[in-house]
Amino acid sequence: MGQQQGAYFVPSKSHWPIVAAVVMFVTVFGAAHWLNAQPGEAGFGKTVLTVGFVGILLMFFGWFRSVIRESLAGSYNHQVDTSFRMGMMWFIFSEVMFFAAFFGALFYARMFSVPWLGGDGHGVLTHQFLWSDYAAAWGANGGGGPGKVGGDFQTVAAWGLPLLNTLILLSSSITVTIAHHALKAGHRGKILVFLGLTVLLGASFLYFQAHEYIEAYKELNLTLQSGVYGSTFFMLTGFHGMHVTLGTIMLAIIWLRCAKGHFTKDHHFGFEAVAWYWHFVDVVWLGLFMFVYIL
Amino acid sequence: MAHAATHDHHDDHHGAPSNFFTRWFMSTNHKDIGTLYLVFSLLMFFIGGSFAMVIRAELFKPGLQLVQPYFFNEMTTMHALVMIFGAVMPAFVGLGNWMIPLMIGAPDMALPRMNNLSFWILPFAFALLLSTLFLPGGGPAGGWTMYPPLSLQGDSVAYVVFAVHLMGISSIMGAINIIATILNMRAPGMDLLKMPVFVWSWLITAFLLIAVMPVLAGAVTMLLTDKYFGTSFFNAAGGGDPVLFQHIFWFFGHPEVYIMILPAFGLVSEIIPTFARKPIFGYKAMVYAIASIAFLSFIVWAHHMFAVGLPLGGEIFFMYATMLIAVPTGVKVFNWVSTMWGGSMTFETPMLFAVAFVILFTIGGFSGLMLALAPADFQYHDSYFVVAHFHYVLVTGAIFAIIAGSYYWLPKWTGHMYSEFWGKVHFWNSVVWVNVLFFPQHFLGLAGMPRRIPDYNVAFANFNMISSIGGFLFGASQLIYVGVIIHAVWFSKKKAPDRVWEGAKGLEWTVPSPAPHHTFELPPVIHDDELAHGHVED
Ligand SMILES: [Cu+2]
Repeated sequence: MGQQQGAYFVPSKSHWPIVAAVVMFVTVFGAAHWLNAQPGEAGFGKTVLTVGFVGILLMFFGWFRSVIRESLAGSYNHQVDTSFRMGMMWFIFSEVMFFAAFFGALFYARMFSVPWLGGDGHGVLTHQFLWSDYAAAWGANGGGGPGKVGGDFQTVAAWGLPLLNTLILLSSSITVTIAHHALKAGHRGKILVFLGLTVLLGASFLYFQAHEYIEAYKELNLTLQSGVYGSTFFMLTGFHGMHVTLGTIMLAIIWLRCAKGHFTKDHHFGFEAVAWYWHFVDVVWLGLFMFVYIL
Repeated sequence: MAHAATHDHHDDHHGAPSNFFTRWFMSTNHKDIGTLYLVFSLLMFFIGGSFAMVIRAELFKPGLQLVQPYFFNEMTTMHALVMIFGAVMPAFVGLGNWMIPLMIGAPDMALPRMNNLSFWILPFAFALLLSTLFLPGGGPAGGWTMYPPLSLQGDSVAYVVFAVHLMGISSIMGAINIIATILNMRAPGMDLLKMPVFVWSWLITAFLLIAVMPVLAGAVTMLLTDKYFGTSFFNAAGGGDPVLFQHIFWFFGHPEVYIMILPAFGLVSEIIPTFARKPIFGYKAMVYAIASIAFLSFIVWAHHMFAVGLPLGGEIFFMYATMLIAVPTGVKVFNWVSTMWGGSMTFETPMLFAVAFVILFTIGGFSGLMLALAPADFQYHDSYFVVAHFHYVLVTGAIFAIIAGSYYWLPKWTGHMYSEFWGKVHFWNSVVWVNVLFFPQHFLGLAGMPRRIPDYNVAFANFNMISSIGGFLFGASQLIYVGVIIHAVWFSKKKAPDRVWEGAKGLEWTVPSPAPHHTFELPPVIHDDELAHGHVED
């Protein structure tokens, strides 16, 4: 459990970090082998990847279990709590920067590379020599690029499912906040209702997102391969969807922990960390709704 | 206060004996993890160095001599990746791990288990990266910058991308840990503006790391999907642009070069005041200069792309923004010199390396200024001039500072003095041969020799031969370094006092040498005159 040293707390040795390093390595090693497997060749990549991935899940389970136990044993004082908070905040900031790379690619494609390929600005010669019949446009009429990579496609209408998903995520941010206030006020029943509602909203977002993807692939011929439009569309919404999935799982675990009474009025970092994460996912979605779907 | 701070008993408080495996693989101790980082970085320094020896051997004479061109390209690529991500960055994290808690009066890092994970990802990441050399199709050979479409050839892409992901995860967690430690674990009385400059430099570097490593992760993820999943980020036919990769990469890449130099600034700012026996000149100016350099690093990235066909407005903006960096950097060089001015200086090995840093890094800074000039850069671009420039900044800059720091604190870590004589032998060999190695490369570049080629025009033969001789001898000189370290750790009989250097100030000198396994278990009572910057008012 580590030791309390005066004002400071230093945790005891743990095998979880080295386990984590090993399973992360196994996962990416398997993934790399799988990606390089020749068509039709069985290869061991997929198996190794699966083993690694299951290992990661077990590792998270084990590591968090030991942390939760230490937390319940009261090992974590105010200073440790602050360290955790800083860790989570800066982790979210790093996530913001990860999305920034993909938003940057989206803006660059829309503002520069596609117009240049259409003969705008300083891309005149590329246009003249290679694709003189390409009229630059974003979306269905040109987002596949001058080579029409991936074939003709239609875009997802912003005011259908995406709008519904926006409303779902926005209300989930409200419900998680209500749950947080309930936690501070000590109303366990209210916490469980509103946190449960948040989990359901997250799950329904994912359901509609999956529905939208299926429609895009089957009916609109909008795929990951649909030129730079498809690339940015699916990479941005896909990474966001992965974060919603993770966030929903984390919310569900926090719901369980609330039900077990793990949190007190002034000692509930786990709850707040997940709530912050959820708000972050929400804000990213607003950016997506704006720049991927509407504009 | 030395007694309040020390508490030298066995390393596990639970009475469980700590065997080799649990001590080194399951550690939550910043000193042990720092040691792991430093040893790992030294190992990578020699692996990356051996790749450089292959490069210099091939370039010893014109004509293809020893290796196939593809292998040569693998060597240039791997040399850079290993040195940057394996040697320089982990060395700074190791120094930070060891010294930041000691310098701010903290018992350990803020998140000790994550600290251990940050380290242990690295050996796996580099095993993955280096294993690509043995793939049937060979490893990455498109340069460390991984520009598509060249870098997308071959089957090593996935391995390299995942290795970079792992390194990024490690760096981000390490950086989060350092920020949380500095902001949350300082002993009472260690105000932000009393912190050692090294700690300040790491605080700002950690911010840079968290801001840009995810961007690199995004860039290489796009490479991965372009290669294996048919996306078109960097494919013009699909509406993308190979130049887009360069933008994203250098948005990471330029702050990355400051990630590799700001902690070096911090180290030198600790060492020079100690051996000049004067407080640092312009403490606050030093801190603000680091912060301004960090800020500017985000708005200069396209100076790596002047020759790629940027719009004119872009060329001009990035040219002037880049030149602006000379101002805070100039402040730093001025302040180091002013710190030495009128000081009662002695020249022990750390000081020799630090002074060499100030002079030789400045040469690298000046050639950087030449490269920042967009019209002139059209001539220098992708030539050996660039190679000379960034090796002055990284070898005589970052690596000299790391070596200086390691000599400076080695007695604190081991409890024994290293051999001053052999340290000086190491220094003089290094400083002479590194200039023989890199100075002629300026002339080669100005005369038109391109970088990353295994063969060259006979007109470049003489300078290449000189450079290679310098390279072999510089490489060999580093064996002296290993000898000095081994001697200090295991064989030196000369005990180091707590305050190893007469002029040294700061909390790390108030604990015994070697620093006990646990220090500052209770927050130290801080007297301002013990701090390096306790009374600095300017
Ligand atoms: Cu740069």
